[in-house]
Amino acid sequence: MAGFSITIAGDSALNLEFAHAISPETSAKIRLAAENLTADPIEGITELVPTFCSLMVYYNPLTITFDELSARLRGKLRDVGEADLSVRKIVQIPVCYGGEYGPDLANVARHAGLTEREVVDVHTAHDYLIDMLGFLPGFAYLGGLDPRLHTPRLATPRTRIEPGSVGIGGEQTGIYPLASPGGWQIIGRTPLRPYDPDREEPILYAAGEYLRFVPITPDEYAAIEQQLAANTYEYQIFVEDE
Amino acid sequence: MGLVIRKPGVYTSIQDNGRFGYQGSGFSTNGVMDHRAYVIANLLVENDPDAPVLEFALAGPMLRFTTKTIIAITGADFAATIDGEPVPRYAAIMVKRGSILRFGAAKTGCYGYLAIAGGSVRVPEVMGSRSTNLKCEFGGWKGRTLITGDYLPFVTKGVDFLPNLGSHRIDPDPFYGFEEDEIAVRVVPGPQEDMFTEAGIETFYSQPYTTTTKCDRMGYRLDGTEIETKHGSDIISDGISFGAVQVPSHGRPIIMLADRQTTGGYAKIGTIATVDIPKLVQRPPGRRVRFEAITVQQAQELLREEARQFEMLALKVRRPSADGISPRRTARRLTPILEKQAMKTQADTLWIDRADRAERVGSRNALHYENSADANGNDRDNGKDRIA
Repeated sequence: MAGFSITIAGDSALNLEFAHAISPETSAKIRLAAENLTADPIEGITELVPTFCSLMVYYNPLTITFDELSARLRGKLRDVGEADLSVRKIVQIPVCYGGEYGPDLANVARHAGLTEREVVDVHTAHDYLIDMLGFLPGFAYLGGLDPRLHTPRLATPRTRIEPGSVGIGGEQTGIYPLASPGGWQIIGRTPLRPYDPDREEPILYAAGEYLRFVPITPDEYAAIEQQLAANTYEYQIFVEDE
Repeated sequence: MGLVIRKPGVYTSIQDNGRFGYQGSGFSTNGVMDHRAYVIANLLVENDPDAPVLEFALAGPMLRFTTKTIIAITGADFAATIDGEPVPRYAAIMVKRGSILRFGAAKTGCYGYLAIAGGSVRVPEVMGSRSTNLKCEFGGWKGRTLITGDYLPFVTKGVDFLPNLGSHRIDPDPFYGFEEDEIAVRVVPGPQEDMFTEAGIETFYSQPYTTTTKCDRMGYRLDGTEIETKHGSDIISDGISFGAVQVPSHGRPIIMLADRQTTGGYAKIGTIATVDIPKLVQRPPGRRVRFEAITVQQAQELLREEARQFEMLALKVRRPSADGISPRRTARRLTPILEKQAMKTQADTLWIDRADRAERVGSRNALHYENSADANGNDRDNGKDRIA
């Protein structure tokens, strides 16, 4: 594994910094390091937080000191190998675009000089890498929105955006996991709950995985909502090896 | 059997050590603001160190106990009273069923803690913690701050005994410097100190900063001399640890605390040493703070020292002490036992007579009597026969 540097984030956390720019390769290295530390833990590490360019490692300094932990991490992560970018875990997100669920789809289409149909095609054309989760539980920072769809935020943010709303804000796209105020252009909504405190895994996806948006009709939206309520919905999660 | 909230106070919530393992999914850790006061409160009532407590800020709640129990109050001084009588902080106190515990406004500091013996209030564990996540509305008591009329059941009802109760008190903690105009708070530099100019770093460690009214569980915004950066303060978002000192473009520090977001995009000049976070969070608005750089190794040595201090404290509060023995209490507990024993022994003989007789028979026999009665439990009559 290519090198990382260690920075100090107080007496109970440190950062493994892998790069100074966002890229899928960096993301993969971070995921690899996190997987290694999860599969074969170092005693004293309490929690890992992957972000764009670094992995924050929380630890209990009464169990392991900064000096001991740094040395162990340097040794342990030296030979983890190169990240294998060909294996992707993909979480499928059905989205009902436009209409009641996507009031700003027309805005985005006008701004892009495309039809609404074309915006949906472009938005669903490829999978999005989750660079990190943060801001809200289950809020995914996604890489790789097609530049044609880059759209400025609303001049006046909405006071309430429904959970599951899919939006575009500047160069980013993502899903609102909770009802929250926000200024993104809302182009659709998924019936899935990225964050559900009652589910065994409260968050549907993790950093390093991919989201695949798939267009659905309002009828399909209603059907999935019913299946979710009845606990019969099957989440579509694949592992693809290119 | 628990407590009923009569008046909620300000920001009164259930908190514990915090929720770990979910920051990678965007969940704040939550948990108590003043970890030191929290640990000591639980220690004084002999709860597990991670038992939940009630945390309140600036003005405390008023509550009624529907069962007897033992409590401890730590942190800031809220001039607490029970049924109108002042109660000491940093001491285990017996509370009668029906008693009313009333906190006033904070006279010193900001955050107060109430620990309840027998494992505290009964709230479900959510994702490994009983802390309240106010933003996502889960954990703690119904995911929210407490309101008038809430009834919180206790894990154990009717707690009325801790061995050596009189020892379960310490002097109110001088650690905080409540009376000082200015306190020193130690900081471990990094992770982005290199984003700041030398002058900026010099400013941060030499100029005083004051707490403002924009201070809450999420973060403390401080006022003071602007801290100079090299090229602005935007970074690619990374993780934010408890006590991180963010410096946004306006140049004044924001200390990130228990309800902080997990990640953020502003440069962090340093992180408050964990042992000093309680000192900072207990500074009411408008009070001065000065920052002092220490190494991560020093900060971790301070933590080990603190852990030793807590261990000593645990030993101290469990130590038998003269003022822990109340003759009246002892007599009250013993009387029914002795009376029952006396009834079984001989209807017309009081226990004192029998003890006297045992004395006369000889200490060896008396000992034998004790043993046989203990071993057989209800074998008192045999014991009597043997002695007789």
